[in-house]
Amino acid sequence: MEPIAQSLLYLDNISVVFDGFRALNKLSLTIEEAEMRAIIGPNGAGKTTMMDVITGKTRPTAGEALFAGVHDLTTMDEADIAQLGIGRKFQTPTVFDMHTVEDNLLLAVKSDRRAFANISWRRTSHEKARIGELLERIRLKDQRHRKAAELSHGQKQWLEIGMLLAQEPRLLLVDEPAAGMTDQETADTADLLRDIARTRSVVVVEHDMQFVRDLDVKVTVLHEGSVLAEGSLDQVSANERVIEVYLGR
Amino acid sequence: MNGSGILDRRGTIFIVLVLAAGVLVPASNLLLSPSSPFYVSDYLVPLLGKYLCYALLAVAVDLVWGYCGVLSLGHGAFFALGGYAMGMYLMRQIGARGVYGNPVLPDFMVFLNYKELPWFWLGFNHFPFAALMVLLVPGALAFLFGWFAFRSRVTGVYLSIITQAMTFALMLAFFRNDMGFGGNNGLTDFKDILGFPITAGTTRGALFFASAIALVGGYLICRGLVVSKYGKVLVAVRDAESRTRFLGYKVANYKLLAWTLSAMLAGVAGALYVPQVGIINPGEFAPANSIETVIWVAVGGRGTLVGAALGALVVNAGKTWFTGVLPEAWLFALGALFVVVTLFLPRGIIGLWGDVSERLRKPKPDQVPEAEAPAKAAE
Amino acid sequence: MSLVHRLQTAMLLLAAVVLLACAAPASAQTPAAQPPSADLAPALEKIAADSYSDTEAALALLSTSTSPQAAVIVAALADGRLLIDAATKSVYVRAADGTLSAAATGATVSPAPAGLKAVRLNNRVRRAIDAASGALSLLAPEPARRAEAAAAVFKSRDAAALPTLQAAIAKETIPSVREALEQARAAILITAPGISEADRLGAVKLVTARGDQEALALLSNLPADATPAVKTTAEQGVAAINRSLAMWNVAQNVWYGLSLGSVLLLAAIGLAITFGVMGVINMAHGEMVMLGAYTTYMVQDVIRTSYPGLFGWSLAIALPLAFLFTALVGILIERLVIRFLYGRALETLLATWGLSLMLQQAVRTIFGPTNKEVGAPSWMSGAFQVGQLSITYNRLWIIVFALIVFVALLVVLKRTSLGLYVRAVTQNRRMAAAMGIRTGRIDALTFGLGSGIAGIAGVALSQIDNVSPNLGQGYIIDSFMVVVFGGVGNLWGTLVGAFTLGIANKLLEPFAGAVLGKIVLLVCIILFIQKRPRGLFALKGRAVEA
Repeated sequence: MEPIAQSLLYLDNISVVFDGFRALNKLSLTIEEAEMRAIIGPNGAGKTTMMDVITGKTRPTAGEALFAGVHDLTTMDEADIAQLGIGRKFQTPTVFDMHTVEDNLLLAVKSDRRAFANISWRRTSHEKARIGELLERIRLKDQRHRKAAELSHGQKQWLEIGMLLAQEPRLLLVDEPAAGMTDQETADTADLLRDIARTRSVVVVEHDMQFVRDLDVKVTVLHEGSVLAEGSLDQVSANERVIEVYLGR
Repeated sequence: MNGSGILDRRGTIFIVLVLAAGVLVPASNLLLSPSSPFYVSDYLVPLLGKYLCYALLAVAVDLVWGYCGVLSLGHGAFFALGGYAMGMYLMRQIGARGVYGNPVLPDFMVFLNYKELPWFWLGFNHFPFAALMVLLVPGALAFLFGWFAFRSRVTGVYLSIITQAMTFALMLAFFRNDMGFGGNNGLTDFKDILGFPITAGTTRGALFFASAIALVGGYLICRGLVVSKYGKVLVAVRDAESRTRFLGYKVANYKLLAWTLSAMLAGVAGALYVPQVGIINPGEFAPANSIETVIWVAVGGRGTLVGAALGALVVNAGKTWFTGVLPEAWLFALGALFVVVTLFLPRGIIGLWGDVSERLRKPKPDQVPEAEAPAKAAE
Repeated sequence: MSLVHRLQTAMLLLAAVVLLACAAPASAQTPAAQPPSADLAPALEKIAADSYSDTEAALALLSTSTSPQAAVIVAALADGRLLIDAATKSVYVRAADGTLSAAATGATVSPAPAGLKAVRLNNRVRRAIDAASGALSLLAPEPARRAEAAAAVFKSRDAAALPTLQAAIAKETIPSVREALEQARAAILITAPGISEADRLGAVKLVTARGDQEALALLSNLPADATPAVKTTAEQGVAAINRSLAMWNVAQNVWYGLSLGSVLLLAAIGLAITFGVMGVINMAHGEMVMLGAYTTYMVQDVIRTSYPGLFGWSLAIALPLAFLFTALVGILIERLVIRFLYGRALETLLATWGLSLMLQQAVRTIFGPTNKEVGAPSWMSGAFQVGQLSITYNRLWIIVFALIVFVALLVVLKRTSLGLYVRAVTQNRRMAAAMGIRTGRIDALTFGLGSGIAGIAGVALSQIDNVSPNLGQGYIIDSFMVVVFGGVGNLWGTLVGAFTLGIANKLLEPFAGAVLGKIVLLVCIILFIQKRPRGLFALKGRAVEA
């Protein structure tokens, strides 16, 4: 297949309607390879719904969603999209509480996802090395045998980011990574994300303006389901309409 | 629950005990004189054999509930289907010895004016075919049901309720005379199995032993599954289904595999149950039976496999004792068991045992609330 | 003396009597006396002959008589109160109080002549009496009796009644009775031999218009001498009747379906609260219904032994008591068990199942395992007819009651402060708590409300179902199906779900049989839930995630 668009993620005129309520209204957005993008917007602007559309959780009522120019995301389910290389971190940290930190990463490490293949599975040295490396990066090496349920909130956020990395995705969708973190953790998280964005595309949804400023990337402002403004944080902050929306005039 | 190998200490003890019982119970019945204090009576052998079948059923339920989070209120249906498959074989073995002396048709068919054997009874005179059906019929129903249910992401109580509706519908169907399964009375008056008279002491002993082997085999299969990476995914599905999906796992397929296998194990349990109790009727499909099975698992300890088997034995022994001594009080006791276990013993006997032994070893109750120490890294 | 001659003499005699009676002023002695009708005399003469065959012939004559005395005579004959004086060949009627009157005139006769004996009867005569009294009822002064008699003739198709029918039709003024009479005549015209084609065609049309099973039987069994035209018209009539009967049949099944739907609605509506609004799976819901039914039993028991006059009010008394009692039990269950299990739906399911076992056993221990007799007040019993539909009052009231309960519940949830709190707690428990709502109390009250509604459902269901400890078990799966099918958390969905399932069930029954119909329906619901896991009226969007 010939790529229709060059961008890694290409959303065109996406609309999502729930019982007459337009969660997304002709939203168009493109993310390039190895680009980091921050998405901001007031509550109900459609940030989470957009993530749901990209990851296959919600089917758009209309519009086109292409990944790497060829894959039609609107026809695939979550698992297929994940295997394609799109990883997602939820707003509230979602890890497998009853599994150890190590097993959480093991489940995420890129591998054969089929049920039968995993019955006869044996741990490979590659997997071991990869998990070790990830534990190092998310600073949970000492916690590897603890159950995820016992981790602190910040540690869970990091574990989830680690699981995202273990998938080796081409695109990461990160929903409010700084929520509930201390200032130090927030700064560390921003560093981590910037580091990741060197090789992968990252979309960060965030409310915390300081965090967005730390990231120092192109910002897209969503409002009522469509793009209101795009540019650097300073540019969008100066935008009349953005001010109107945020200050509610 | 994440023991490193297939055989952890608890599992080994369990297997040894079940196998020992499998040998010793028939042996003492056949070899010892009735006056011996270790003699197991003719009444007790099939009763205990029945418990073993229930234990296997409980293990099957635990695989899907304990590890996959699918609370089935319809496993009695798979159990009964396996039982009916075996019952059909046993009916065909009666041959011309029935009341009406028809060499082909079972008595109830003669009574209901059947002219010839319905097509779905064909082949059941061969044991291997019947044995295959014991696996395939419950397996196929479970596959079909699961394929629809898991793909459309029916979960939680909704799934539980429709499994209950499934077994209820089957019960109504099997109560009908024109279904060709003996209606209300079911299948009974069996004479022999594989050529051996079904009520003979040696046959009963062999059936008991077979039940013990089936329980151990079923346990090992389930245990093998849950300690594999597949099992880890299953637990992941149980605890955070959509997270698992976003990691790229086809959740429906994982559930479907466990669900179908579980149904087949339940079918085997039912097939071994029928020759030991001597009857199978539509009452086995009653929703109440399936819910009772769930409470065995809960009593023993959900998500431990051994606990499920233990719970089945304990609750059924209690039932036998109660219905003998205080039949009025049994439903009170059973009802109270449901309430007490869910309120105060969420991890069942196994969990309680873990807590107690933990506390005995190091008296620090505010330590890790988990019964099991974190698993050592697999090597 | 030949028959003709005897008749002639009788006529002459009668004419003389009539003239006398007209000429002479009514004697004070016989105030109730009627002028003897001309057609009575020959009949009386035959009766006086006192042979079975003569009596039979006399009855045939009487049945076409227009005299009011005819009915009196036939009735007396039937009861053995018709006496003859063998000597004078006079016929007398002895009234129930013993007074004697002349059969021909009804004039009191006293003293009674000696040597009277009753007219003898045999089976043939008795049959003739029945036919004659039927024919005579056609002329009865009460319209209801005339309509009844017409229906009897329609069934018997007794050609002997034809003249009376004609007379009755001629003077009938009430349209519905006239219609019945004409149908009766038509039935005779169709079946009796030697009727003209035109008459028969008209009759066939009339009978076709009647359109019930009996009309169908009549038109399918034409006499041998029916002409081809009559036969064709009758066949068309049969087809038309079959079509209309099929329609009525569907209507009847829809009615049964509405009735079943109302039962399902009653059983499920409390569940819609506990399951739909609170998310609590209450497997003991059926037992709440059962407790409501036993409350009704207890109320009636007390009324029977102590206040028999209040029986008509027993259901009205039982309703609030059942509501309070089951609501109380519900609140206890919520406070003692369920509140520890919020957020753990599957555990709640198991615990409440345990409670249901205990409640069943408790009732079984106290009241015994057998069915308890719950009576119906008079306004709940009986039936009435709409076209070909038979509608029983108890079913009708239960439908009305179910709808009232539904509307009341809607009002409670939408318009009262309890409803507001309930919705607030359901939507955001923490926020509700922060605003000062005592969430625990609201939980208990909501659960109590759901249970109480199950209780009053039990009062209604005690009227149509066996009151036994197992009563609730029969409803639990169906109720869950209704709630899940309709869409959880949506009362309107429950309403639509209940009636859809009820009607679908009853419409399936004629094709599949009761059991298979139910199985088919269960399978359909299972498939439906897989297609639309959130039911018919699903909430979409963000609310689903909450």
